[in-house]
Amino acid sequence: MSAASRAEAPAFVAKTKVGRITDFVDERVGGSGILREFGRKVFPDHWSFMFGEVALYSFVILLLSGTFLTFFFDPSMAETHYDGSYLPLKNVEMSVAYSTSLDISFDVRGGLFMRQVHHWAALLFVASIAVHMLRVFFTGAFRKPREMNWVVGSVLLILAMAAGFTGYSLPDDLLSGNGLRIIDGVMKAIPVVGTYISFFFFGGEFPGTAVIGRLYMLHILLVPALILLMIVLHLFMVVVHKHTQYPGPGRNDGNVVGYPLGPVYAAKAGGFFFIVFGVIALMAGFFTINPIWNYGPYDPSPVSAGTQPDWYIGFVDGALRLMPGVIGDFQFEYVVFGYTLTLNVLLPALVPAGILFTVMFMYPWIESWITKDTREHHVLDRPRNAPTRTAIGVAGFVWYCVMWAAAGSDLIATHFRVSLNDVTYWLRALFFIGPVIAFMVAKRVALALQRKDREIALHGRETGRIVRLPHGEFIEVHAPLDEYKRYKLVGFESPAPLPAVANDHGIVTRKEKQRAFLSKWFFEDRVAPATPAELEAAHGHPAHPAVEAGQESKSLSH
Amino acid sequence: MKALSQKRRHPLAVIALLLMGLLVTGGLYAVATTVNEAKASTSGYTANDVEEGGKLFVANCATCHGMGASGTANGPSLVGVGAASVDFQVGTGRMPMQMNGPQAQKKPAQFNDEQTRQLSGYVASLGAGPAIPEEGLLDEKGDAAAGGELFRVNCAMCHNAAAAGGALTRGKFAPALADVSGKHIYEAMVTGPQNMPVFSDTNVTPEGKRDVVTFLKQIEANGSPGGADLGALGPVSEGLFVWIAGLGVIIAFTIWLTSRTS
Repeated sequence: MSAASRAEAPAFVAKTKVGRITDFVDERVGGSGILREFGRKVFPDHWSFMFGEVALYSFVILLLSGTFLTFFFDPSMAETHYDGSYLPLKNVEMSVAYSTSLDISFDVRGGLFMRQVHHWAALLFVASIAVHMLRVFFTGAFRKPREMNWVVGSVLLILAMAAGFTGYSLPDDLLSGNGLRIIDGVMKAIPVVGTYISFFFFGGEFPGTAVIGRLYMLHILLVPALILLMIVLHLFMVVVHKHTQYPGPGRNDGNVVGYPLGPVYAAKAGGFFFIVFGVIALMAGFFTINPIWNYGPYDPSPVSAGTQPDWYIGFVDGALRLMPGVIGDFQFEYVVFGYTLTLNVLLPALVPAGILFTVMFMYPWIESWITKDTREHHVLDRPRNAPTRTAIGVAGFVWYCVMWAAAGSDLIATHFRVSLNDVTYWLRALFFIGPVIAFMVAKRVALALQRKDREIALHGRETGRIVRLPHGEFIEVHAPLDEYKRYKLVGFESPAPLPAVANDHGIVTRKEKQRAFLSKWFFEDRVAPATPAELEAAHGHPAHPAVEAGQESKSLSH
Repeated sequence: MKALSQKRRHPLAVIALLLMGLLVTGGLYAVATTVNEAKASTSGYTANDVEEGGKLFVANCATCHGMGASGTANGPSLVGVGAASVDFQVGTGRMPMQMNGPQAQKKPAQFNDEQTRQLSGYVASLGAGPAIPEEGLLDEKGDAAAGGELFRVNCAMCHNAAAAGGALTRGKFAPALADVSGKHIYEAMVTGPQNMPVFSDTNVTPEGKRDVVTFLKQIEANGSPGGADLGALGPVSEGLFVWIAGLGVIIAFTIWLTSRTS
């Protein structure tokens, strides 16, 4: 820098001390530029957009409470005799891991509260991720340009489940030990390499003396680091893509309507962190979770009734419970080339979860292949306006829920006073027909809602006021909608099926035929939004019903 | 010693050996069976008790269990089930049975303590069976930790580690054990009501049973140190709670937070 330019630029000197410090920092890291950029980031406001935040805040709470727990927890599987203050376990032989977990619960000040904060936050973490993903799916927010962020989110779901499971096993109590035994069984069911994997994982025969220490390292180091990395990627892409918005007047794929981050949204989000923290703290203060002292130390011989995993692993446990050991004389266990193939463990443990996650990861590409829709989408779909996608989502959700419910089959039996066998038979049937029924019902409901929207757009809202005309006829007065509300009901696209098209060589490939078939399946049943002409016709002559729209009616262009 | 070895090929040696073997086996068997023998203890009951109990039995139980408790197609013989069995079944209201079903349900007792005692006396007089446990075994002053280990190994697979109960096949179930008296818990162990196996005194010693009762009463008295226990049902009720209450409250807050915008 030359002496002349230094003289030209009169140095800014802030008046207050705080101002001078801020200026000092700003000149060195350019904070005001970052703040200006981020502070102006616009976020649309809708309650369903906040579940990702709930997950993020739960994760922060998990880091804080988890750090506290590491101060007192010792992941050793060495044998000891309990000498703490919980009398029903006094002098019982157990591992140091279980003993220190009990100490955290009974002899560390605030320890039980922090354990319960950590565990409730973990359940809420995975639950809010799940709800967030359902919101993203049903509103079509995974479409271009957000496909990769959908994948990152799916990876986060799997990592959250991994974090939960590794943590669930740490106290080395009877309940979590039974869970590990199931994992061991699933590992051993993998053909050829299964026993090796199990022996490597447990450092010898189950349960061994190594697994708690290994799970601890995964739980406090590797998995949280990966989650943090994925969260950074996830939020980075949110900033790059900008937030999606629900359809409404003045909202389109080229803008974002909402509040800027600073100051309103930042204050709301900051406050929301404390709300989430408060809800978790209240739950931890008033409701017990994972009372490990009830379960006793892990011992491979006893298995308690009511042994279940935490909710997010429940669907795998449920699938295992649903799988029959034999059907009549039909066996599921074979010996192939001297190796045992145990399909009645392998199938339920890996196949449903495999199908769910594969479809979840690939769905954005599946849909864009069928619909040939490669445009960018920043305005969300109302779920009813994409009936087939909504139906696919509901079918998958019901399938998951059937397996989920099966994990609690014993409690369903005792609490509703029905036979455990009957519960299992019904759930087995629902496992196959539940998704089919759900698909059909959800699609019909979506189409019915669309027809209702169309009806309201054309004829207005029913007022409930019945008027008798001079010639004796009774009519119900319909109030017209205001334009903002009407926009919501007519401003959507309803694509028609795309028939198969020949490629550059003039050939209609088999794959293209399949795509056309799926496109027909996807868009065949559709309700077109009311066109301006129809609206004009309906409103011009309020006494007459509007003409039903034809199949080829076009959507409104905005 | 020499004499013995010289006479080992005597014709009578085989017979002597056989006799000795039989004596030892029979003696050991006699000892073993008496250890586990159900004691027919009618000592606590007067002839009047037995007579009154017999009348009650004829009026209330004989329809299914038959005259003289010899059993019918609708109910088993009660000869040899012992006083403990009657005291448990009648004392918890399971008998007389309300209706047919996978298993007899607990309900308010139909007979008062005096009548229950008379019925027990009558059935005990029919044949030897487990007696009602002595007070000393029910004082709840055993070793709770040892009882806890016995409970987890022998009982938890049906009754749940926290004694909250669990499902069995085809509508049968193991009930929750809170609010069950120590006497009834003990009697259930020695008589094996409904689908429960019998835990004989050679399997779990009377002291062991005392420890189990002590453990159950202690965890019942302890309550739940961590707050409301949500039924002590484990991860299922916890999962339901976080989805319904936890997420429910949070959704209410999100709606509140985003409600003041156009």
